[in-house]
Amino acid sequence: MNKRIYLDHSATTKVKPEVLEEMLPVYTEYYGNPSSIYSFGREAKKLVDQARMRVAKALGALPEEIFFTAGGSESDNWVLKGVSYANKNRGNHIITTSIEHHAVLHTCEQLEKEGFEVTYLPVDNYGMIRIEDLKAAITDKTILISIMYANNEIGTIQPIEEIGKIAKERNIYFHTDAVQAIGNVKIDVKAQNIDMLSLSAHKFYGPKGVGALYIRKGTKIANLITGGGQERGRRAGTENVPGIVGLGKAIELATENIDSYNEKLLKLRTKLINGVMEKIPYTRLNGHPEKRLPGNANFCFEYIEGESLLLNLDMKGIAASSGSACTSGSLDPSHVLLAIGLPHEIAHGSLRLTLGDENTEEDVDYVLEVLPEIVQRLRDMSPLYEKVKGGK
Amino acid sequence: MYSEKVMDHFTSPRNVGEIENADGIGEVGNAKCGDIMKIYLKIENDIIKDVKFKTFGCGAAVATSSIATEMIKGKTIEEALKLTNKAVVEALDGLPPQKIHCSVLAEEAVKAAIEDYKKKHNKQ
Ligand SMILES: Cc1ncc(COP(=O)(O)O)c(C=O)c1O
Repeated sequence: MNKRIYLDHSATTKVKPEVLEEMLPVYTEYYGNPSSIYSFGREAKKLVDQARMRVAKALGALPEEIFFTAGGSESDNWVLKGVSYANKNRGNHIITTSIEHHAVLHTCEQLEKEGFEVTYLPVDNYGMIRIEDLKAAITDKTILISIMYANNEIGTIQPIEEIGKIAKERNIYFHTDAVQAIGNVKIDVKAQNIDMLSLSAHKFYGPKGVGALYIRKGTKIANLITGGGQERGRRAGTENVPGIVGLGKAIELATENIDSYNEKLLKLRTKLINGVMEKIPYTRLNGHPEKRLPGNANFCFEYIEGESLLLNLDMKGIAASSGSACTSGSLDPSHVLLAIGLPHEIAHGSLRLTLGDENTEEDVDYVLEVLPEIVQRLRDMSPLYEKVKGGK
Repeated sequence: MYSEKVMDHFTSPRNVGEIENADGIGEVGNAKCGDIMKIYLKIENDIIKDVKFKTFGCGAAVATSSIATEMIKGKTIEEALKLTNKAVVEALDGLPPQKIHCSVLAEEAVKAAIEDYKKKHNKQ
């Protein structure tokens, strides 16, 4: 059994050959420091500027509104802390959701300790926020609304445009963590009234450890990383030039091919979801049936636990993830699954399969062949399933 | 992250199943926390003649239940009561720190099954 199928594209992706091809000479030929004035430095600077243009184009932003960072986590940290610290005089209230990535949630928790107030909007069973809840949460003290574009676990896509409109009307900054959305949905920061947007290259076939933050011109935001004068004095540190070049190429490819990528993934996902729901009883689909990332399928299989499922899938060469406590490294299952109202015992049995570029119909067929057997084997071993079979 | 021994017991668990008319049954853990272990004992003259288990839980939960059943099979109930979670961990060539609670559950499941046997047979 040396077949290996990667179904964890929301965790990270493989670098595309075209991306790597642009990155390699940066390590060995164009290795100058972009801050240096001699030719080596100017060459490197030109590459960084070109990447900035590509990111700006992909988002409908201006190049001077793009700042490179070390990834999604840094971009999220920067927004939350930077906006909070710079706008203290206007207010101390932040609105976010209960299903954000920990890069947002843990930063909010820290800000709460420093005296800021945070409202965590609840979500419905599909993982959607309610616009009425958002409107009701806004106070005179609200300085920032931070709501993720698409959720990394269940794939649910939020009504970003509506949120942007409300934020604009109320004159409140709107940030979206679009780490999972880039390359999957069409984004136009101006049309959608987005003031700040986080992205991370490794989620769209670019390199790890590099990301960007779009900051609308005129936004009041303090620096997070202080030091040298890079990124027009807004983000210190010698630029990760190869990474930035890779990010630029990757976002260009991802946004150019958005329609065909969606079409391909939707076809595979429909087959996968229908097949799993048909073949495996006591299964539920988590997330929104339509408003979800094209490659995301997230299930709960009752009466079994997610880590056991992942280990079994791994033995069959399938790489997937779960929101069970054992895989989250804590005693509780994923906060996202609990937020959509799943009881603990069901959330423990979750499985996330996220499709991507290199997946094929045969991969889906293979999953549909091995997954039902694995689930059945674990259920046969489960004392909870025994009770169901025995008529409760 | 898991030792070969753990993976061996996880992939080919020993003594999975139920015993009809078991002399003692112990169930510990709860679904909310993600682990439940249930152990069935067949006991003759205070000797564990047969043992089976069912487990809902992670890889370590399955492996600790499996090896615990192996460790008590054929033993007297007094010997089985001396099974410790530490012995279970050692027999598996170690467990990651966050999984030690699984070995505690295995010890508790064995004890609960023997208690149940004692209660049912007025051996208290
Ligand atoms: C929604 C979301 N935000 C932020 C991050 C963090 O990004 P990075 O790993 O680049 O720091 C991730 C990555 O898992 C994510 O899915």
